[in-house]
Amino acid sequence: MNAGHLPILQVALPLIAAPLCVLLRRPAFAWAFTTLVSWALLAMSILLLIRVMADGVISYRLGGWAPPFGIEYRLDAVNCFVILVISAVAAVVTPYMRQSVAREITAPRHNLFYGVYLLALTGLLGIAATGDAFNIYVFMEISSLASYVLIGLGSSRRARAAAFQYLIMGTIGATFLLIGIGLLYMMTGTLNLADLSLRVAEVPDMRPIYAAFAFITIGVLIKLALFPLHIWLPNAYTHAPSAVSAFLAASATKVGAYVLLRFVFTLFGPEFSFERMPLMEILMPLSLIAILVGSGVAIFQHDLKRLFAYSSIGQIGYIALGISFASTSGLTGAIVHIFNHAMMKGGIFLALGCMMYRTGSVELSALHGLGRRMPFTMAALIIGGLGLVGVPLTSGFVSKWYLVQAALEADLWPVALLILLGSLVALIYVGRVIEAAYFRPPPPGAPAVREAPWQMLIPTWILLAASLYFGVHTDITVSVAERGAEMLLGLPA
Amino acid sequence: MTSLPPALIFFAGALLVGLAPARLRPAMTLLVPLFGGWNLWYVAGGGGLDVALFDTQLELVRADKLALLFGILFHLATFLACIYAFHLRDRMQQVTALIYAGGALGAVFAGDLITLFIGWEIMAVSSVFLIWARRTPRASSAGLRYLIMQISSGLLLLAGALLHISETGSPAFGAMGLGSLAGILIFTAFGIKCAFPLVHSWLTDAYPEATPTGMVFLSAFTTKVAIYGLARSFAGAEVLIYIGTAMAMFPIFFAVIENDLRRVLAFSLINQVGFMVVGIGIGSELAMNGAVSHAFNDVLFKGLLLMSMGAVLHQTGKINGSELGGLYKTMPITTGLCIVGAASISAFPLFSGFVSKSMVMVAAAEEGYWIVWLLLLFASAGVFHHAGIKIPYFAFFAHDSGIRTREPPLNMLLAMGLSAALCILIGVYPSLLYSLLPWEVHYVPYTADHVLTQLQLLFFSALAFAWLNLSGLYPPELPSVNLDADWLYRRLGVGIVRRAERVWIKAERAGARFAQYGTGVLQRSAARHYGPASVLARTWSTGFAALWIVVLLGICLILYYL
Repeated sequence: MNAGHLPILQVALPLIAAPLCVLLRRPAFAWAFTTLVSWALLAMSILLLIRVMADGVISYRLGGWAPPFGIEYRLDAVNCFVILVISAVAAVVTPYMRQSVAREITAPRHNLFYGVYLLALTGLLGIAATGDAFNIYVFMEISSLASYVLIGLGSSRRARAAAFQYLIMGTIGATFLLIGIGLLYMMTGTLNLADLSLRVAEVPDMRPIYAAFAFITIGVLIKLALFPLHIWLPNAYTHAPSAVSAFLAASATKVGAYVLLRFVFTLFGPEFSFERMPLMEILMPLSLIAILVGSGVAIFQHDLKRLFAYSSIGQIGYIALGISFASTSGLTGAIVHIFNHAMMKGGIFLALGCMMYRTGSVELSALHGLGRRMPFTMAALIIGGLGLVGVPLTSGFVSKWYLVQAALEADLWPVALLILLGSLVALIYVGRVIEAAYFRPPPPGAPAVREAPWQMLIPTWILLAASLYFGVHTDITVSVAERGAEMLLGLPA
Repeated sequence: MTSLPPALIFFAGALLVGLAPARLRPAMTLLVPLFGGWNLWYVAGGGGLDVALFDTQLELVRADKLALLFGILFHLATFLACIYAFHLRDRMQQVTALIYAGGALGAVFAGDLITLFIGWEIMAVSSVFLIWARRTPRASSAGLRYLIMQISSGLLLLAGALLHISETGSPAFGAMGLGSLAGILIFTAFGIKCAFPLVHSWLTDAYPEATPTGMVFLSAFTTKVAIYGLARSFAGAEVLIYIGTAMAMFPIFFAVIENDLRRVLAFSLINQVGFMVVGIGIGSELAMNGAVSHAFNDVLFKGLLLMSMGAVLHQTGKINGSELGGLYKTMPITTGLCIVGAASISAFPLFSGFVSKSMVMVAAAEEGYWIVWLLLLFASAGVFHHAGIKIPYFAFFAHDSGIRTREPPLNMLLAMGLSAALCILIGVYPSLLYSLLPWEVHYVPYTADHVLTQLQLLFFSALAFAWLNLSGLYPPELPSVNLDADWLYRRLGVGIVRRAERVWIKAERAGARFAQYGTGVLQRSAARHYGPASVLARTWSTGFAALWIVVLLGICLILYYL
């Protein structure tokens, strides 16, 4: 195999695999095939990252057409890192799906489920890999349409409503993105991101560019689910099948954050976005509100999936906050948190899937006494929760470290304090979970519950072990993130 | 032979204990401090251990005399508490207690602020399990309140540490003034853990809700680590003298009216910590030595008192003074050991409290803080009343409650016996403790002798008595206090304590009402704005959500075009 074609294979493989998967009628075959594909994707993404870290940016010409005219796949430290996160999460979640999907989705649809799942994966990987603005829109639509289906497959009837709401909101977001890209195309005549970034500055009349900037930022913020555009997220995560919640929580919003980084820094450039446009003044208050509101609402939730969905809104606030600083440490914090939060939240939703598998419920009251009866699942949940609080030795601490540092560098004292206050609020909802799992007796007459099967526990623990590992060994994640941050800011690496 | 970081041994031990079968667990918890103590020998001989985190160089182990003193103390305390908890069949408590002790060791051996912070947070998170392990609804909510205070302290420390590093460029955990914002933040963080007045309530609120064995662990570490931090960074900060005096004073009144005997001891813990804080505030070598040696002794005698009350709670299931009494008939050994602890905390000659508390007071007198000295004297009398007399009297004597029970398990008696022996040993041979003190080296040429003579000849009490008599500030009958406790209770009770009590009770009630009102309002408003039915948590209709998108787009467009 020619290693030169890795960038396109990374996207083409799941795209081709998806219809094949539908043709494999037996669920077990479909699952095994999907697992193989996801592992191959992980291997390829590791190879790509190694090559990019060694040789610098890879530019791949689709069909051999030279860049501004043909479509270019452009891989640098940032998107290789995002690709790695997505494929790693997929490689861990896919083996887990077998039991979880068998329990939560009715049988005739299993091969369809895996096919759609591969399409969602295609879309997410494509967004990250491509260097073409219109391509980003296309892949975003692929991933979104597939996500609507995945969420709609949830067992409760509300899953359909949640999927429908996500569909409306997501479509508005995608349309905004398309309008923005259209305006840019109108003014510059190009769709290649690198080419756009050069030409945008030379446009004589900047007003359509301002409009494009507004449409694109709002469109992407919907995908990112930043407050107050987060409405679709809690319902979608709550009612989707457990494995889907874990996959989407760990990857979809992360890709949204990536697209924001790409447009704001690579295309428009930090000077335009933060000095000529008041992006910081818009993004920072929204992220701070997201942190406090997301975590605050999470305290009062009784459904654990919903609780952690609201916690996601708060954590997304941290990512957006890091971006809003537009400084090296802020962006490092944001990129590291993209990775860390993917591991922690993915692991948490997988643990909730284990709980769902055994008890059939993810209510807070169903947690009572599970600390003793499902010790590994509950320990996983607690470790993930402590990571969300940002306790030292978990990876959440590393992200918060850089965010607080960025706030201090920018002389924004109150922001640093609000970040820490957010941790305190997170502590309360995590404390409630710990208290329910370990210190409440199981209700009388509760059915006997066993520990979840090992096929589900191992993926859960891989993600959480990774979050612990990268909480202690920070050099890998931080060096990649720092390099990405410097590149986005246009600093010499 | 190279040494390991002491904290690491405890963490590894906690892991092994967690995985071990139930039968072996108690014995393994004992091995951890023993092995740690052996390792400590090498730590004392070896240099520091540095690792790099982020771009900062961390110093995991800084083994100077101050750190080693607390290191030895914490190993000793863990060992005694593990014996005391030997009968326990609760994996969670055994594991978290060791992690908690490890966090405390990590903090006192930390050479930089980041390591300190990590130890600080580990302590906070692990210790709360010792409270929750009581498994009562009261314990669970008290534990959560405790955790919030502890984490707040940790966050203040983190903020202060980051600011300090960005200001000075060095993460070193050393002397630091109150002149900068970083210093004030770190000072506040220490202050919360140290139970400064107004932020003390987590201690008296949560500790008495812990399990009998848990409270023995809790009393040994958290406040002592805070004392260590203050001694390390804020020695000689004058404000500490007044804070410490307040801490030594106010708990007396609460302790007198408190019925839960373990809560009495929690107040008494704040009171003793107050003496240490005063010593650090004075900052002379004598005072600092007094502060840290009193910390050392306090762990032993407060541990002993808590163990005896824990034994009572364990045997009878009751801990309120009004429900107990007459237990000396059935628990004579516990009674005797409790009295040793009571004598130590009241600083009787030949008991350990005597050899350390007076150092602080002499230092206060030497530096000319006469009013402080006087208040501390009053506080000492108060200690004698509430800890020295009230605790053994209500539990073991007083009216016979009719409870007939037995002596606690052998391991509890053994732990109490060892603690009592140490209290007497240090009281009789204070040089054992003094040889460990950090500032002795500077001290030898002209004062070591002096102090020893002074203490052993009861110089201090004579001076106090004489000076008070001469100045006429003190009722002349007080020296007879030691002879008749009842008299103190009635006379001073009627005269001063009652009135002060009334004021304090009123103040406390008003404070509690205010706090209740405040938390009530906070809770209600939080539930209104964040609860499931609130506008933030409701599922908005899709149209409404779309409207938001348009509004935000409009705002963005306006802002961009401006």
